[in-house]
This record gives sequence, structure tokens and C-alpha cells, in this order.
Amino acid sequence: MPGKPILEIQNLSKDFSGVTVLDKVSLSLREGEILGLIGENGAGKSTLIKIINGIHLPSGGKLLLEGNEITVKDPQNAKKLGIGMVPQEFNLVDSLRVFENIFLGSELKSGGFLDKGAMRQKSREHLDRLETRISVDARISALSVAEKQMVEVAKAIIHEAKVLVFDEPTTTLTQYEINILFDLMRRLRDQGVTLVFVSHKLKEVKALCDRVAVLRDGILVGVEEIDQVDEQKMARMMVGRELSLLFPPKRPPAIGPAVLEVRGLTVPGKLHGVGLTLKKGEILGLAGLVGAGRTELAEAVMGLRLPEKGSILLNGDEVEINNPRTAVEKRLGYISEDRQGRGIHLSFDVMANTTLMSLKRYAAPFLDKKAIREKTKEYSEAFHTRAPSLRAELQYLSGGNQQKVYLSKLMDINPEILILDEPTRGVDINAKSEIYQFIHQLAEKGLSLVVISSELEEIIGLCTRVYVLREGKVTGELTGEHINEEEIMFYATGVKVMEQV
Amino acid sequence: MSLKQSVLSGRDQKPFSWRDHTTLIGFLALFLLATLIGWPDFLRARNLITLLRQVSYTGIIALGMTLIIISGGFDLSVGSMAAFSGGVAIFAMNSFGADSSLGLVMGVLTALAFGTFLGTVNGLLVTQFRIAPFIATLGTMSIYRSLVIYFAQAGNIESLNRGYSVIGSGMILGLPVPVWMFFILAAVLHVFLNNTRTGRYICAVGSNEQVARYSAINVNLTRLIPYTITGFTVGVSAMLWSSRLNCINPSDCAGYELDAIAAVVIGGTPMTGGKGSVIGTVLGAIMLGIINNMLVLAGVSSYLQQAAKGVVIIVAVLLQYKK
Repeated sequence: MPGKPILEIQNLSKDFSGVTVLDKVSLSLREGEILGLIGENGAGKSTLIKIINGIHLPSGGKLLLEGNEITVKDPQNAKKLGIGMVPQEFNLVDSLRVFENIFLGSELKSGGFLDKGAMRQKSREHLDRLETRISVDARISALSVAEKQMVEVAKAIIHEAKVLVFDEPTTTLTQYEINILFDLMRRLRDQGVTLVFVSHKLKEVKALCDRVAVLRDGILVGVEEIDQVDEQKMARMMVGRELSLLFPPKRPPAIGPAVLEVRGLTVPGKLHGVGLTLKKGEILGLAGLVGAGRTELAEAVMGLRLPEKGSILLNGDEVEINNPRTAVEKRLGYISEDRQGRGIHLSFDVMANTTLMSLKRYAAPFLDKKAIREKTKEYSEAFHTRAPSLRAELQYLSGGNQQKVYLSKLMDINPEILILDEPTRGVDINAKSEIYQFIHQLAEKGLSLVVISSELEEIIGLCTRVYVLREGKVTGELTGEHINEEEIMFYATGVKVMEQV
Repeated sequence: MSLKQSVLSGRDQKPFSWRDHTTLIGFLALFLLATLIGWPDFLRARNLITLLRQVSYTGIIALGMTLIIISGGFDLSVGSMAAFSGGVAIFAMNSFGADSSLGLVMGVLTALAFGTFLGTVNGLLVTQFRIAPFIATLGTMSIYRSLVIYFAQAGNIESLNRGYSVIGSGMILGLPVPVWMFFILAAVLHVFLNNTRTGRYICAVGSNEQVARYSAINVNLTRLIPYTITGFTVGVSAMLWSSRLNCINPSDCAGYELDAIAAVVIGGTPMTGGKGSVIGTVLGAIMLGIINNMLVLAGVSSYLQQAAKGVVIIVAVLLQYKK
């Protein structure tokens, strides 16, 4: 049921200091459809939606809304025109209430003062329309990630949105929350709103969208009805070549000795008597819903959180790890899920980031800049890191390339045990596949790895053994063919519980 | 990829950009302006040497302040600290009797050690007691000043050692001792910041403390070190200042903190921390001196000098945000 065009993008181009990131893109959005927008990191997706939302101004081309040419000056202006955006990183003020956030920047006033009554009332109506039960008076800090997203959606639709852009909305959501979001998106579509769904997850695009537009190197390579394409075809269009298998063949189950053993680890309010073992050369999975305690477990092992009770054994010997320095000395490494907030310095260049943790090796006592450059170059080549130069600050690299630099940084401390928390979050499919290959190579070399992931596909594709966490406890341990979506979700949601010995 | 560049080509140099050199350009422009306005007196060696001497006392302090600001901290107490350290140093020297050469050595060491100690106190308040740097050093600014006034009984603390004044007023190879100290300390701290592990850690902590913590850096120690170094540079400055007149007045060095911070900011180190330049601070300090000098030579009322300084600070910050 092709509706009439609502937003027409004509010959839109954008360059940043001479580099063309968007090259004469023409695309017509129909009324009441969900359009998937896919492409590798750096393909121009973000730039395109930022132009639509007035964050960037185009270098060429024009936008037509319902047949009239428009100039979108800034995001507030876009909202008033009926173009809303639900950003990947939420723009909510933690200390304010839900209704205050919904009307942030568009406050309703009466007689010069804020009209809180009207804002509460309208917020309530919008949240009702989204069929959520969040209180308009709740503080943002008290909400879950999914609820925050609902608030972002409500915020985006206060001016009768005609076009609503979702920028990778499912990255931080659990499967359950994703289903709720998709229901919501479908309802909005049925109300006549046009939705743009930017995603790396082809399965979700296939399940949700009516059409899919593919960008590659700033060029629109195709727009297809969703029933004309499958995931393979979408991936091929994105990459422009045949994709090798996403996951390398599984390794045989590890039979080596336990290199890491955690017993009865308790962090008040987060972990309750967690125990696990990691064998040499193993790729061990930690699954569970967001908030189940997976990250907290990793942080407790790394000395970033002090446990109240419990013990940690490395190669059979009990060790005390009170701070991350001890952990690194004992050759433990941790890749955080929060790459930009905890992992890398955005204002540092590739070399400074890569060697930050291993800097002692390059200081005698003055830094050997040549050795730093050589080593960084080595990693960049091994990981196919793409950066303008080794002196480029990380803020100018795409998510996938930032992650590769982050991996290089951890590799340079020569860990024996590496914990990877959401190792492919916000990373494009090509880099994803490379990271999976890399994880395999590490295991082959005898490193022992723990993979924490909310993407079940990743856990299933990589791990030979999986612990499932729920509410700070290990509720299940799966091996072999039991590692499948159903089983993991059973344990993660509490349908099944396994008693730990 | 539309980004055709690649690290695989082995490029590791940033292309030259004028924007990376705004401080140097500003410095040269100001120098030229001063040359024109103050022709021909500005360019006379005597004038330039006096100018350098005048800026070196706060310049030396500004070197340490650069590190503090890069680490994400702040220090308001440096002026009080300088007066206090200078006063205590003269006390220590006098306790060895008049013109004692042991006293001279002890006086110098006391200035350095006591400054280092006071700086470390600031650092501990910030790192161990987790007090916001602005508040902690606002407190010690008051405390240090009050203590030196108390010890001096509101009068001058005069040195009994005539040898002491040689340090502050002496010349080596045509340049005053304070200028030598300024340049030498600048070179040492420049290398420290750019070529040592601790220097890199200071940037890391200032850029993003969480990332630094997750990178197994001892965050507290790294944040403390710049305060201790600043204490030392304040000690050096206090020694040079007190020996110049061979006495300390408890109201000496008031407002040094503002000149030091101004030099750092004009030198291109952002107040948000994470990066910065010691050489920039040297240029920043000298630029402040040039402005004063130029206004004097042009016969502008000295009451307007502070206003000119203020304008330059604001312009410098505006240029930084334009980047």
C-alpha cells in the first residue's frame, strides 16, 4: 500500500572539509511507512538523518515536505515542521521529571510562567498514545533504559510528528523491550506517521520495515521493498561484495584447567553469591538481560568494584584484586561496554590510546615515540583500522574503528584473560565479522575469553559454554546444543532456574 | 570508503594547520604591534630583559598551573602560597644568623620544600578528601595568606642575609636569574608533559577520568602530582621574589593566581583539561608582559592595564572555541 510521498530528499550532498560523506542522495519517504536505513559505519546514515533533523546543513540538494521546499535550521525547527528524532544517545536531563523532559526547549507557558498543569496533561496524553505507564512525574534517573527511550519518543512527537527517525534504537534494549518498541513503531505507522529505522541489525530491519534503503560510501545504492530482499542480500548491498561467514566455525569445547574461578562473589545490590569458572583457551559467554549483573561481575573481577564477599582464583591460587592495576599485573583485561565513557580517550590520537595501558614498556624514562608509532602501526595493520593518520584523534573515527583501537589498547598489555563486554556494540557488520575472527584467533593462541553480550546471536555464534545471569545470580549454565535463544531466554527471564552446586 | 586516507599508508603526521598555532601567531602579532607602538624603545635589549624578568615570577607559577589545569584541576592559592613560602624561607634563613652561608642554602631549600608541601596539601584536599579544586584552594588561599600575615605580625619579614639578594638580582650571561629559571623549568616541564609516562597520564586523567581509571591508571596519584609540582614552582618563584628585595611583605604576590591562570589560558590550554602546552604558557606569560610594556610605552594610564589584560584573555578564549 504505497502512500503518497511525505518527505522528498533530492540530490542531497554533504562534505566535511573537502571529504564527501553524502553524494547526491535522492530518496522519497512515503506517508505511513517504516523505512529501514542501513549501511556500514561511515556510509553516511548519520549524516543523512542529521541533515533531515537540522543538526547539519546540506552542502547541496534540497528537502521537500509535502511538496514544499523546506530548510531545516536546527532540531527545534525540525520538530516544529513535524520531523522528530529519537537519538541513539539519549538527550534527557536526569534530574528533571518526565514531563519536564518531554517539553524541554518547548515549554508551555501561561502569563510568562511555566504551565506545568498543561505540560503534565499533554505528556500524559502522549505517553498514553504510546501505551506506556510511565508516570509523568517520575525522575529520569529512576527510569530503565527502555522507559527513557519511551520518553524520547514522546518528546519527539509533541509537535504532531509526520516523520520520526529512530537512530539505532535497539542497541541497549533487551529482546523483550525491543518487542515493545516495535509494537509502538507499528502503531505509530498505522496512525499515519512515517518512521525511519536506522539499524545495524538486519534481522530487525527485515522484521519491522516496509522498505529498506541502503547507503554505501555516501551513495544510495538501492531502495527495496522488504519482501524483495533477505538478510544476505541486504548485507551484500551494504558491503558491496560477498560476505564471508559472520562467525568462524565453533571451536571444540575447552578441556583445559580453570584459569579463572569466581566463588560466592557478592556486591551489595548487584551480585549475590556468583560463581563461575573459565578454562584455558575457552570462549565463555555471559548472557542475561540488561541489569542482570554481567557488567558488575566483570568489574568486580577487575578490581573496579569491591566485592563484600567471595573469592577470585587465578590458576588455582586465591588472589586479592583491589584495583585495576593489580588486575592488569595479573594479566587480566577488560573491554567495557561503554566505549566512549570508559574505554578510549576521544581527544587522544590513535597512538596515545593504543599504548596508554602499556606505557611503562615505552618509558625509559622518556617515551620512545618511535617504538610507540611502530607498535601502533602494527596493530592498525592487523586490525585494518581505518583512520586519517595515526595522529588522528579518536573522535574522528567511526565506531568500528574506535573499537579496533580499543582492542589494540588491551592487546598491548598482553592479557591472558580478556573480558569483552558488548564487543560489537555500535559496530558495522564488516568490523563485527573481523572482531569475531579476532576473538577466535585469541582463543586459538591460548587466551581465555569471556564474552558478555545482549545480542544472543553473538553468544550463540561464538561461545562454547554460557552462563546466564538473572538479578545478580547465575541461573543457568549451558553447553553444546543447549546454547540457543530459547534456553538462554528461559534462564534470563526466570522461566527456568538451575541450582548451582 | 569515501575516507580514502588510511593509516596503512604509514602517514603519522597531521597536515599543518594554522589553527594549531594560534598562540604563536598571536604572540608574533602582538610582538609586531608592540614594536610599532613602542618604537624604538620596545626593542631595546634593556627593555626586553626587564619585561622578561617581570613576567618570570608569575610565569614560573603558571608552568605548574598548566599541569594542574590539564589534569582537570585548578589552584587559586598560588599567590598566598608564594608569600607564605617566601616568608617561611626568610625565617629559616635568619635562624642561622646574619650572612651565614649555611643559612643561605637552608633558606633556598626551605622555600622549595615548603612550597612543595603547601602544593601537596592542596592536592590531598582535592584527591583524598574529594573537595572541588576551586573550593579547596579558595580555602587554602585564605589560610596561607592569613598565616603569613600572622607570622609577620603584619610587617615586613626582612632577611639578615645579604648574600640572598644575589639570587634574585643576579645576571648570568646577560639574563637575570629568574628568567633563566623560567626557561629551564619550562623546558623540563615541557619534556615531562610530552615525553614521560606521568605526563601522558595527567592528560588522560584530565581528558576523561573514568577512562583513565578503567585503563588501570592510579587516578588519585596522577591528580596529586600537578599540585605538588605547582607547589615546587611556587617555591622557586617565592625564593626569587623574596631574594630580589631581600624581604617579604605579607601582602606580596597577591593576584598572582590570576596572572598565572591568564598565562595558561592565553597559551592555549583549555580550561576543560585533557591537553595543553607548557610552551604555550611561556608565550602566554610573555604576552601579558608585552601588553603591559606596550601600554606603558604608549603612555596609557596604568589603571587601564588590567582592562587590556582582560580583553586579551577573552579574545584568547574566543579563538580557542572557534576551533
